[in-house]
Amino acid sequence: MAEVEETLKRIQAHKGVAATIVINAEGIPIRTTLDNSTTVQYAGLLHQLTMKARSTVRDIDPQNDLTFLRIRSKKHEIMVAPDKEYLLIVIQNPCE
Amino acid sequence: MSENLTSGKTSSKGPKNSAKKQKGKNKAKESSKGKRTQLGKKDDVDLSMAGIGHPEIFPLVFTTKTQEIFNCRVNEDVTEENCFKLIKKEDIIQDLKTRAAISDFHPVKKVVLEYPGEELLVVFDAKFQYGQNFYLVASEEAKENLLKPPETAEEKEEEKEENREETLEVHPYTPPVHKPWVSLGSEKEVEEESVKDTVTKIKYMISRVRRKFGAPITFTDKNASYVKDSYVECTSYQDKNFSIKMLEKDVGVQMVPKVREASTQTKWTYPKNTATQYFPRQLSNEEKEENLSSEKLKDFLTSVRLRMESALQQNEIMNAFFDDWKALAEDESSSGGKPDVYLKAYQSFTDLRYLKDRTISCICWHPTIYGIIAVSARKRLSHEEQVNLSDKSLLQQSVILFWSFFDPLYPQLILECPEDVYCFQFHPSDPNIIAGGCINGQVVLWDISQHEEKLQNAKPVADEVMMTAVNMPLLTQVQQSSTEPPLVRYCAVSSIQHCHKKPVTDIHWLPDYFADNRMGATFENRAEIRMQLVTCSPDCSILFWDAPATKLPEQSSSEKVKKDEIFYMPPDVPDTFKHVDICWKPLIKINLCESDTNTEYSPVRISLKELHYHYKTSEKLQSNTLEVSAKESPYTEMSTPSSKNLKALQNIFTDFFVGTEDGEIVYSDWIVEIDSDSAKPVSQKHTQKYTIHTETINTLQRSPFFKDIILSVGGRNFAIWKEGVTNGPILQSSCSAGRNTAGHWSLTRPGVFFIGRDDGNIAIWDLLKKTYEPSHLQNISKSVITFISPWISSSKQHFLAVSDDLGVLHVLEICETLSHPSGNEHANILYYFEREVKYLKHCEQEFQEYQELQAKTELKWSWRHRGRKQV
Repeated sequence: MAEVEETLKRIQAHKGVAATIVINAEGIPIRTTLDNSTTVQYAGLLHQLTMKARSTVRDIDPQNDLTFLRIRSKKHEIMVAPDKEYLLIVIQNPCE
Repeated sequence: MSENLTSGKTSSKGPKNSAKKQKGKNKAKESSKGKRTQLGKKDDVDLSMAGIGHPEIFPLVFTTKTQEIFNCRVNEDVTEENCFKLIKKEDIIQDLKTRAAISDFHPVKKVVLEYPGEELLVVFDAKFQYGQNFYLVASEEAKENLLKPPETAEEKEEEKEENREETLEVHPYTPPVHKPWVSLGSEKEVEEESVKDTVTKIKYMISRVRRKFGAPITFTDKNASYVKDSYVECTSYQDKNFSIKMLEKDVGVQMVPKVREASTQTKWTYPKNTATQYFPRQLSNEEKEENLSSEKLKDFLTSVRLRMESALQQNEIMNAFFDDWKALAEDESSSGGKPDVYLKAYQSFTDLRYLKDRTISCICWHPTIYGIIAVSARKRLSHEEQVNLSDKSLLQQSVILFWSFFDPLYPQLILECPEDVYCFQFHPSDPNIIAGGCINGQVVLWDISQHEEKLQNAKPVADEVMMTAVNMPLLTQVQQSSTEPPLVRYCAVSSIQHCHKKPVTDIHWLPDYFADNRMGATFENRAEIRMQLVTCSPDCSILFWDAPATKLPEQSSSEKVKKDEIFYMPPDVPDTFKHVDICWKPLIKINLCESDTNTEYSPVRISLKELHYHYKTSEKLQSNTLEVSAKESPYTEMSTPSSKNLKALQNIFTDFFVGTEDGEIVYSDWIVEIDSDSAKPVSQKHTQKYTIHTETINTLQRSPFFKDIILSVGGRNFAIWKEGVTNGPILQSSCSAGRNTAGHWSLTRPGVFFIGRDDGNIAIWDLLKKTYEPSHLQNISKSVITFISPWISSSKQHFLAVSDDLGVLHVLEICETLSHPSGNEHANILYYFEREVKYLKHCEQEFQEYQELQAKTELKWSWRHRGRKQV
């Protein structure tokens, strides 16, 4: 439990990190730093997108698998690290 | 050889044509014909050229011996041209007998013996047409043909050549020549089809004696039915012998598939979601806890951490998507090249009636309605007269004119003033309230809510004139008003005793979120409509006015009565401020004088720290006015909010800058502190004074982007100050040739401001480009520029209103380069100011050090001097 906290805190301490969300394999948020409605929205959308991205990668080459997904937008960058059971989402404002 | 054209022609073609065809076939036949041994058994049929249609031709090989015997040696007796050789039959038979088997004629022995004629033709086959070098012609006919046709062909060829020489182009008409008919077996069919008599025809001859012809005859009638056997008839009947029954009949039958087109429409209904209502699944708290403490999550995080951290770090180090070229381009456009910087003349307004011999003292844009500008006119005075502002008899009425973009000839609205108005402002939240400061020191209020609609509907005059009165009954009213702008009288004027003694040079509405009470302590303002003003005047005082609220009921009624007797208000003036009229007193009066040195400052311009104006939109305003009409005006009902409920705002800055008549910039605050000892209000003295300008300050303005940067314009130079930096101005311009008479920050670009000169030029300063001279100079009018006011009407249209001494208001459109800031302009300007501040500090430090050094050296020197003296 403490390790989990410590790891998450370390990630949040990086410069520009606006939010951190951990969701399970079904897209239900487990741990978040945002308010509930925003979290749920992010979780649902990014979960679907990650599934799609993963299936795309695997369709092209079945031996391959998705390791990281980064979405860069005008205002910030959304980084998704997928795994078998969980998904870690971090939103960062890139330094200008 | 007789010339037989017809026969020769037909036959000549035969062998020649066939010879050509057979060339190819010869090769196949060669091998079979070459070997005599093989053919020894077979008959002459194999030898002959019957296979190719010439049964009379027998190819032979002649050895040299044979050739010698018969004198048909190749190339000697017989050549290609002269290939025919007639050999006697007897000679051949003799040869056969002598040489028997080895004779060349052995294979054709039988043919030779059977040959009817006496001479046999042997032809030299130079081209091996028939397989061998010679061939024997076995029939007389063929012999004749071969001998003759070459000649006839030769002759024919000669003829042809002749013909060609004569007429090359026109082919001579040769009539068709009869050819003998060749039976091809068609006589049989003809015979079958032809009709012939099968039975010989029988001939009869009937005769009669001559004398019986021509004898007279008498005819009589007789009924045929009475006499028997007078006629015999043969009735026709069907004889069955001759009827043929058709037992078989050939009938043609065709099978045709019957095609039929048919169509069906099936209805396929499939379920489709039109709308779904859902809510997200969420885990309960226990489940979350359970998940958080699970091992899987720990492993997941440890595995994912590295990736995430490297990605985060990447972003921290560098922005991968930063477009360097684009950023460079922006800098380029702002610094290098010659961008098109200009102020485009949009419109200019002047009025001969009201603005004759007058100068415009103040310009104000209507905050909400597009295209409405108000100008205040003041009697034009020369510089000396302006200094000694004494009372002037007014022959003309002093007015504030409202101009609209759509009507350049006639002002929309005219506000009547008791005296010349020096400056005026629209109320921030209610643009129908206008406050103005007059030359005699009074503060005047107007309420134009009645005419607000008219101002909003100000349309181009041309359209209205063209429409006929029949169409729109409202038009007459509008037309009248367009020619004769309505005169609006002021609703309230401050009391003469309590106002300024000298002209009110600057007037500002206070921001609507705080209010002062009598004691000067600032309180939070709860009421929506704010009514506080601050005015300053060269009589060394700053007055805070609070319009209607702070009246005691008894006072008002008595004063009202007095007022009613003395004064007659025209009926169409709104009575918004009726209770305040004439007896309006200021709330707080601040004297700008230093108690210790007894110097007084005569403020001309004032700039307060927090002047955020929230201009409400017209919709809100309309709803407000609707509510207002239902009940009485809220202004009358407003009472001071009880000070108990409101919390005192501690951190409102009450410091202000004041520009004086003598060109000094004074920095002070208005907090009235209650002296703890004497329980009397004692105004604090934090004043700082800067003398940079030599003449009256005409502009003291805070930058719209930086709250602590102030521009002061006066005399021959201008300066930029930063609040808090007490050493001096951040930027001070050099003395210019002409006087700077007006100035204003740009509303959109942080580093740009406009300075008006007395030669009618506008100098546009861009701090990012040059700080020692204006980046652009443009001439607007011939006379002195009196006021500059920029305005943003829409994102595309940025206007600059410039007024000059002749009473003309010029409205210019600011070009895009001047109105749109570049990317980092704000940051750059901020950095520039910070740099300047640092530089100032550095200078100050250096100066201090220098002073210390000076003091030290002096001390040293004095010691030395003392020493010397002693000595």
